[in-house]
Amino acid sequence: MSTFISFILAIISSMLIDNVVLSRFYGICPFLGVSRKVKSSLGMGIAVVFVIILATCICWPIYTYVLVPAGIPFMDTVAYILVIASLVQLVGLFIKKYSPALYKTLGIYLPLITTNCAVLGVVQGNTDQGLTFLNALANGVGTSLGFLVVIVVFSCIRVRLESANTPKAFKGLPIALITAAIMAIAFMGLQGLFSGIKL
Amino acid sequence: MKREKGQTKKNFLKGIIQENPLLVSILGTCPALATTKSLEAAIGMGILFTIVLLCSNVLISLLRKLIPDEIRTPAYIVIIATFVTMVKMFTNAFLPELYSTLGVFISLIVVNCIVLGRAEAYASKNGVFDSFIDALGMGVGYTLSLCLLAFFRELLGTGGFTFGQIFTFIPLTKLIIPGAEKFAISLFQTPAGAFIVFGIVLAVVAFIKNRKAELKAFEAKQAKLKAAEEAKAKLAAQQAQGGQQ
Repeated sequence: MSTFISFILAIISSMLIDNVVLSRFYGICPFLGVSRKVKSSLGMGIAVVFVIILATCICWPIYTYVLVPAGIPFMDTVAYILVIASLVQLVGLFIKKYSPALYKTLGIYLPLITTNCAVLGVVQGNTDQGLTFLNALANGVGTSLGFLVVIVVFSCIRVRLESANTPKAFKGLPIALITAAIMAIAFMGLQGLFSGIKL
Repeated sequence: MKREKGQTKKNFLKGIIQENPLLVSILGTCPALATTKSLEAAIGMGILFTIVLLCSNVLISLLRKLIPDEIRTPAYIVIIATFVTMVKMFTNAFLPELYSTLGVFISLIVVNCIVLGRAEAYASKNGVFDSFIDALGMGVGYTLSLCLLAFFRELLGTGGFTFGQIFTFIPLTKLIIPGAEKFAISLFQTPAGAFIVFGIVLAVVAFIKNRKAELKAFEAKQAKLKAAEEAKAKLAAQQAQGGQQ
């Protein structure tokens, strides 16, 4: 039971307290680029959740059971990026074949994920910190859900911002970044969430 | 092939000003926010980034006729990832403080859109020397814009600058404005401060761009008015001539 509870707590911790975008700065490019509409940000968020969880499940065993026994753990970055790039292609083909409707909504975001640093950042961080498989999985699930939550909330705010009367120089990205700063301050308030709980 | 005079200089400068990767094209934002807590970390990140960009641009430019068009993106990514791994190992061996400060962001140079973007847009189409200069300009431009963000963040967040913590070969020096420590706003050292500083810097860039566009539009309008007036005067003169006849 305690393993289960710590699994859930690790997910919530990497989702809200140590949020991927607002405190670890992974995936800023899609966060700013694909958040103009709520629908597209939802599509991007779900695609990222999909790819991060799959990439975590594949890259951790590759590092532990292939690279380390072979004595080449320094090749991790090269291996991961190849796995992620081919995984993204494969997921794209798979969805296209079995669910054309889903492909229509997610398809255009899939190629963008290859260069999303959230995926490589999570996978690399998992093995750099020497996490166990369960913790790595919790980190992957929590991080990707955190990305989904933040990008959807952010896009909802940005839709309102479009019609707001902002100074001309601040139109577009600058005011979006200031908004992100305020969101980051709000998320800082969650930092003491687990201070009373003993793991 | 004959080279135009001053072309190399232009090629170098475009990465710093007109096509600045961070402030104009808004690429590579993740390290720009994460590694600009102190000026020293920003300089370190900029140097590592420039080395990777230089090596990958030169190699890709050398191999541009050998790599088939269909698989060029995976090929570029493997080349970039190899150089990143080399840089990572060198940093870990010779500058362990820099390695631990930047952490995973050294590996993340692989997915930095600028490196792949330059490979795709420039190195795959141009010669080795031009690609080298292009990479140098882009690298210096990126480093300078990282330093700009770090300058404000460290100054406002701690009241001064500290050197020698990451580059341990220089002695530890603290340049703190006397009395400014008391007024340091620690918010600027947190992630939220990074977003605020980057947002304001981008707004200033947009302001300058808007001013330039307005000035150009104004000049164009003046020129148009002048031309219309001249045409009118000409027509009037012609009519006057016709009247005389």
